[in-house]
Amino acid sequence: MSLTLINVLFAVVAAIGFAALNAAYLVWCERKGAGFFQRRPGPMENGPWGLLQPPVDGIKLMTKQLVIPGGVDKALFMVAPVLAMFPAIMSFVTIPFSENIVAQNMNIGVLMIFAFASMGSMAILFAGWGSRNKYALMSSVRGVSQAIAYEVPMLITVITIVMITGSMDLRAIALDQSGGFWQWNILALTKSPLMPVSFLIFFVCTLAETNRAPFDLGEAESELVAGFHTEYSSMGFGLFFMGEYANIVIGSCLTTLLFLGGWGCPFGLFPGVWWFLLKIYLLIFTFIWIRWTFPRTTIYGLLNLSWKILIPFSLFNLLLTAGLLKVF
Amino acid sequence: MSDPIQLRSDETFTLNVGPQHPATHGVLRVKMEMDGEYIFSAETVLGYIHRMHEKMGENRTYAQYLPNLGRLDYLSAMAYNHGYVLAVEKAASIEVPERAEYIRVLTVELNRISSHLVWFGAFIMDLGGFTPLMYAFDDREAILDILEAVTGSRLTYCYHRFGGVYNDVDDDFIEGTKAFIPRMRKALKTYEDLVTKNIILMKRLKGIGPVSAEMCRKYGATGPVARASGINFDVRKNEPYSLYNEFDFDVPVYNECDSYARYMVRMEEMEQSLRIIEQALAKMPEGPIMPKKKPKIIKPPAGDYYQAVEAARGSFGIRIVSDGGKNAYRLKLRSPTYSNMHLFDEACRGMLIADALAFMGSIDLVIPEMDR
Amino acid sequence: MSGYFSEIISGGKSLVVGMSITLKEFFKPKVTLQYPHQTVKMAERFRGHIELIENESGEPNCVACGMCQRACPSGCISLTSKSVEIEVEGKTKKKKVLTSYDLNFTTCSLCGSCVESCNFDAICYSKEYNLASTRKEDFHFDLLKRLKERNS
Repeated sequence: MSLTLINVLFAVVAAIGFAALNAAYLVWCERKGAGFFQRRPGPMENGPWGLLQPPVDGIKLMTKQLVIPGGVDKALFMVAPVLAMFPAIMSFVTIPFSENIVAQNMNIGVLMIFAFASMGSMAILFAGWGSRNKYALMSSVRGVSQAIAYEVPMLITVITIVMITGSMDLRAIALDQSGGFWQWNILALTKSPLMPVSFLIFFVCTLAETNRAPFDLGEAESELVAGFHTEYSSMGFGLFFMGEYANIVIGSCLTTLLFLGGWGCPFGLFPGVWWFLLKIYLLIFTFIWIRWTFPRTTIYGLLNLSWKILIPFSLFNLLLTAGLLKVF
Repeated sequence: MSDPIQLRSDETFTLNVGPQHPATHGVLRVKMEMDGEYIFSAETVLGYIHRMHEKMGENRTYAQYLPNLGRLDYLSAMAYNHGYVLAVEKAASIEVPERAEYIRVLTVELNRISSHLVWFGAFIMDLGGFTPLMYAFDDREAILDILEAVTGSRLTYCYHRFGGVYNDVDDDFIEGTKAFIPRMRKALKTYEDLVTKNIILMKRLKGIGPVSAEMCRKYGATGPVARASGINFDVRKNEPYSLYNEFDFDVPVYNECDSYARYMVRMEEMEQSLRIIEQALAKMPEGPIMPKKKPKIIKPPAGDYYQAVEAARGSFGIRIVSDGGKNAYRLKLRSPTYSNMHLFDEACRGMLIADALAFMGSIDLVIPEMDR
Repeated sequence: MSGYFSEIISGGKSLVVGMSITLKEFFKPKVTLQYPHQTVKMAERFRGHIELIENESGEPNCVACGMCQRACPSGCISLTSKSVEIEVEGKTKKKKVLTSYDLNFTTCSLCGSCVESCNFDAICYSKEYNLASTRKEDFHFDLLKRLKERNS
C-alpha cells in the first residue's frame, strides 16, 4: 500500500516536473526558433545562449503584482488559469514514454486525454467570461467554437486508429507499431491508403486544439489585443502561458504515440525513451516552424477548413478503414 | 467571405479600438459599434497626435518649415519634402539643376520602396505573420544605410533644399544603389513565394474590404487604394512633376477593389520604383546640385500656389498662400491617408472585426500624417 | 468539385513552399548585431547634435554672428558674446568673442539648418547617439564647456 502511494507521488511529481520544465524551456526554444527563422540570434543575454532566460522570466512573473480588475467574476477569474494548467499535467499521467516508463497505464488512456483536453476550452471560456473585457469575451467565444469544430475531426481520426489497433490503451497502440517505420500508423497503407492524410488531419487539429498559429484566434494579438488573457497579470498569465506549452507537448506526445510508432526506432534498433523524446521535439520544432511562417487564419476560414475539408476527409478515411478491416 | 448578415442597431455595443491597440500602429482611435463580431459602424476619432503642422507653417519661414515635412509621414519623408520644395520653387521661381532633379527622384523612389517594405511587414503582422516583417526590415536596412550615408539621417531626412539637394551623392551611393536593385528583385521574389501566393493570405484578403471607384471619388481616396479600385491615377503620370515624364514606368491598376488588389498594387509599385531607379542611375548627368543664383531669404510673390506629388500612400498636395512675406500666409497640407481613412466607416460595415483590421492595414495608415 | 481538390492541392503546395523558405532562412547567417556589445560605425554624414569646431589655438571658430540661432526652426540655440579689443598688426580691432553657446537638445529636431547656415565653419555634427537620460537637464548642452573638456 505504502509502496503504491510512493509510486503515485513520484509519478505526480515527475509529471508536474516534466510539464513545468518543458513549458519553461519551450518558451526559450520558441524564442530561439523565432529568432533563427527571422535571421537573428534570439535571447542571448542571460547565461550562455540565453539559457537562463526561463528562470529569470519565471522570477519576474512571480514577483509581479497580480492585478484583479474591478467588476470581474472573481471565482471564474481565479479558477481559469489553474484550469488551463491542470488538464495538461493530468494528461501526462497516462502517457507512456517507453514500454516501462509510464506513470499509470490505463486501458482507456486515449479517452482520458481527450476528456481532459476538452477541459482546456473551459479555461478559455471562464477567463473570457470572467474578465469583463469585450476583447476577452470575443476571444473566448471564438475559442469555444474552434474547440468544438476541431475536436470532431480529431476524434474521428483517433477512432480510426483505435479501430486498427483494437485498443484504447496508448501503450498497446504504440506496441502495435513496433518494428521499423513501415509499421507505423502513418504508413499503414494496407489498413487504409489514406493514413498519411489522416496524420495531416490530426496534426492540423492538434495545432488548432492547442491554439497555435496559424489557428491562434483566441489570442489574435493584432485584433483582440491579447485575447482571453488580456486582463491577466503575474502568474495568472504565466499559468496560461505554461498551459499552452504543456498542451503542445501533450499534442506531440499523442501524435507520436498514435502515428509515429511511439518509442520505436525507425529501423527497429534500440527502442527506448530517447526515440520518443526525439520524435516529440521534432514535432514541436515543426509547431514553431509553422508558427513563424504563416499568417493567421480568420474564424470563418478556420471553421470552413474544419467542416468542409477535415471532417469529410476523416469520415471518408474512417469508412474506408472500417470497410478494409471488414474485408480482410 | 460570409454572406452579408442583417445587423440590428438595437443590439450593439461599443468597442474602442485604440488609442492604444496593436492594429492601429499609432494613436488612432476607432470607435466601433459592434453586433457580436460584426461591425455596425466605425467612427474614426482623430486628435491624439495633433501637432498643428499647418499653423506652424504660418509662423516659420519657408526654410525653417522644411524639417516639419519629414515629421508628417515618417516612412516616406523624402516625398513630402520633395512636394514642399517643389511648391516653394514654383512660388519663388527657383531653377533646379538637372543633377539635383535626378538625385531627388532617386532618393524619393528609394524611400518609396522602404516605405512599402514597412507597410508590407506591418500588414502581414496585422494578419498574424511575424517573420516577413523581419525579412522586409532586413531589406529596408539596405535602403536606410544608403540614404543615411547620403543624407546623414535614417528617417526624417530633410535632404531636399529649395533649388537642389543638401549635399551631392558620391560613388558609394551609385554603387550601393546598383547593388541594391538585384537584391531587392530577389527579395520581391521571396515575398511572392512566402506571402503573396500563400493560401491563408489569399483567403484572408480576396474579396475582403471592397472599396468601389465611386467610394474613392466620394472620399477623395488616392494612391494604391484608388488604383486597386480601377482608377488609373498617379500624380507622377497624370500631372508629371520633376523628371517623371522622362522615365518609362507603368502604373499598376487592379479592378478587383479588394484588399488583395491593394496588396498587389503596392508590391508591383516596388518593382516599378526599381525600374525608375535603374533608369535614373543610367541617365544621371554630372553638374551642380544647387543653382548658382538663389535668393537668400525666400519671399515668394503674393499668390496661391499648389503642388501635388505622389507619396507612398497617395497624392500629397501642398497649397501655399503667400502675401509676399517671409512666412506663408496660409499653408494647407493635403495628406493622403486622411482621405483614405474616411472611407473606412462606409466600407467596413457588416465586416467581421478580423477582416476590418486587415482592411485597415491594407489602407496603409501612418497616423502622424493623418492627424498632423 | 474539381475546384475543391485543386484548391486543397495548390493551397497545400503554397504552404510547403512558404515553409521551405523559412527553413532556408533558419540556416543562414544572422544579420543583427548584439547592440550594447557591438555597435555600427556611424555614417560620415551622420547628423547628431552639434558641436563647436576649434581653430589651431583651441578657441572656437565661432564669431557669434547668430546665424545659426536665426536659422533654427525650434529656437534651441542661444548664444551670448562680448566685444573685446584685440591687436592685429598693430591696430586695435573690435572682435566679438563667444561667451556661451547653449544647445537645448530637448527641442532640437536634428534638421541641420544651423550647420548649413554657418559661414565660418564653426559648428559640426557630433557622432554621438547614446543620449538617453531621465533628466531634462542632461539635454541642455553647454557647447563651450564641452569644447574645453575635449581639449583638456
